[in-house]
Amino acid sequence: MTVTTAQPPGPDAHYKVPDLTGYGDVADEVKVRLFEQVKADIRFGDYLYGCYECGICVGACPSAKFYDFSPRRIAQAAAREDVDLVYQQMQEDIWECSQCFSCLRCPRGNNPGGIVTIMREVAVRNGLTSAKEALVAYSRIIYKIMSTGTQVSPDMLRPDAFPDWGPETGDVADNLELWRRALPAETMHTTTTGWAVAERTLVELFVIWMETGALDLVARVDPGLYSILQELVEERLEEEGIEL
Amino acid sequence: MSIQGEALGCAEVAEGPVADRRQLEDPRGELLELERQGELIVQKIDREAIILATKYGRPKRIQKAHLWHHKSCGQCGHIPGYSTSIFWVMRKLGYDYCDPADQTSCTAWNYYASATSNSAAQAAVAVRNFAAAYESGYFPLIHCGTSYGHYKEVREELIRHPELRAQVRAIMAKLGKPLVLPEEIVHYSEWFYALRAEIAAKQVRDFSGIAVAVHPACHYYKIVSGDAIYSADIYGGQRTAVVTGLAQALGAEVRDYSTWFDCCGFGFRHILVQRDFTRSFATLRKIEVMKEEANPDVVLTHDTGCVTTLDKSQFAAQAHGRNVGLAVLSDAQFAALAMGAHPYRVCQLHWHSADYRPLLEKMGIDWERAWGEFQSDLRRLERGEKRYLDWDDADGVADGPR
Repeated sequence: MTVTTAQPPGPDAHYKVPDLTGYGDVADEVKVRLFEQVKADIRFGDYLYGCYECGICVGACPSAKFYDFSPRRIAQAAAREDVDLVYQQMQEDIWECSQCFSCLRCPRGNNPGGIVTIMREVAVRNGLTSAKEALVAYSRIIYKIMSTGTQVSPDMLRPDAFPDWGPETGDVADNLELWRRALPAETMHTTTTGWAVAERTLVELFVIWMETGALDLVARVDPGLYSILQELVEERLEEEGIEL
Repeated sequence: MSIQGEALGCAEVAEGPVADRRQLEDPRGELLELERQGELIVQKIDREAIILATKYGRPKRIQKAHLWHHKSCGQCGHIPGYSTSIFWVMRKLGYDYCDPADQTSCTAWNYYASATSNSAAQAAVAVRNFAAAYESGYFPLIHCGTSYGHYKEVREELIRHPELRAQVRAIMAKLGKPLVLPEEIVHYSEWFYALRAEIAAKQVRDFSGIAVAVHPACHYYKIVSGDAIYSADIYGGQRTAVVTGLAQALGAEVRDYSTWFDCCGFGFRHILVQRDFTRSFATLRKIEVMKEEANPDVVLTHDTGCVTTLDKSQFAAQAHGRNVGLAVLSDAQFAALAMGAHPYRVCQLHWHSADYRPLLEKMGIDWERAWGEFQSDLRRLERGEKRYLDWDDADGVADGPR
């Protein structure tokens, strides 16, 4: 392969100021390995075709309007195989992306948001500091989706969790059980899940988490959560007599 | 054209995956070829359907009845009147459906937010849901814009990568299910747009005085964009026709604003753990611009995250004296209200944060009386007269000019 390991992050227009980035540098071999994992993903070839440097993606990008973030830099760094810059982006930039895919406006058909998705997965898989920090407050969501099969639940609507959503959030929390019973759809009387998910369906989901290694990904960013989920999943599969 | 291809009204059955996906307008030929090779099953549309045009003009069939409702976790969990309005409208039009319990979330919110997943897991989750729909005999209808967009991404990956198909097939075999993909991936807002004439025919409230701003959902029309519905009659075919076409059919005035292409600010992880970005974007780039340029009575949109973000983000901005304060509804809730739905029993507006009451008054709905009726319902539940309210209870219609 051809990789560029020319300069460590420094006084270069392509890099953010290292004193402000706050992460430790690593050996070139580590950066090369991480980039190779990004490039090896089956989606990578579908997401990157080159770059006109036209900036249409930046103009469409909501995160670029509020952060020091650029989908064009994401596509360019990947296309140039600039492992230094890709590494810096994995530590600094990728969690700022909104994943709205406005950048698919790219006239070359690039998918910078998709490249970010892959870079995030590699960051998670390798336990990078950026991934751990980005997901500190997110653990309860991972637990909810992996253990129940629905992402957010009515009982998450609590004033202490969403104080900026107004007093209506408190009204929901205060009346939750009663208001859920007032819903006319039979599947939606639940408070801990969005709807009633069948037990068998949940077991099938657990099989998917185990078979695809999705559960293992949690281990690198939140070992405590991983232990809880692993115990829950394995116990349930054992009850069902399922061996993987 | 093959018999199968002809039956689906699509172009030649492809001999293999098309190399340049960017120019692909119709994946059905490839799906049928993979089915012929025994790689997967294509669930066909086998009932009455309405044909709509996609972005590049190819026909997309929207099955009218016998639909498997792939619910949205964000809708059901936090804005449940979104989901109940979809069901209610379908019931009122007389179309049967299945509200399944053997459905999971598409898990794409987590995929885009935390990346604690991978392409195999996402594809297996999608196919497990599609297999459940296939087994039921009902055709899937996707409630969430993100599920819709993500499932099209998954379909692309499965068509293109045989090794992914093999992995998913092996997992499905362990679950005793086949690898199934539907002939079309259909979003509920496409169904509402397709049925807009039937919805308008049952309209009982006059919306001619209602001005709306439409926020088109990013994951509806930006991801695998060729499948989204367009019409030359709506912005000259330059923007998706859903939502706008429905609002116009109901007699509302759709007003334009300059930041229509911007996302709502949801951000997936941001809405949950970094809301400073979400609040800022939703109010500064969307709500305030809408108010300044269009001054609508309501924002209509067609995705879980957009309704949540645009509705919930206004409270904090209001505290800072910003120019916000705009009702936010889904197109389904808007259509349900037009057809006489109760604002609380059906549309569940008490779960919303932005003030919707001025809008209801403009629609001729006595919201105080309606709230009193809903409170009476709740007292019945508290007294133990019923355990749950049902669709018969929901059919009480709030008073107001028709």
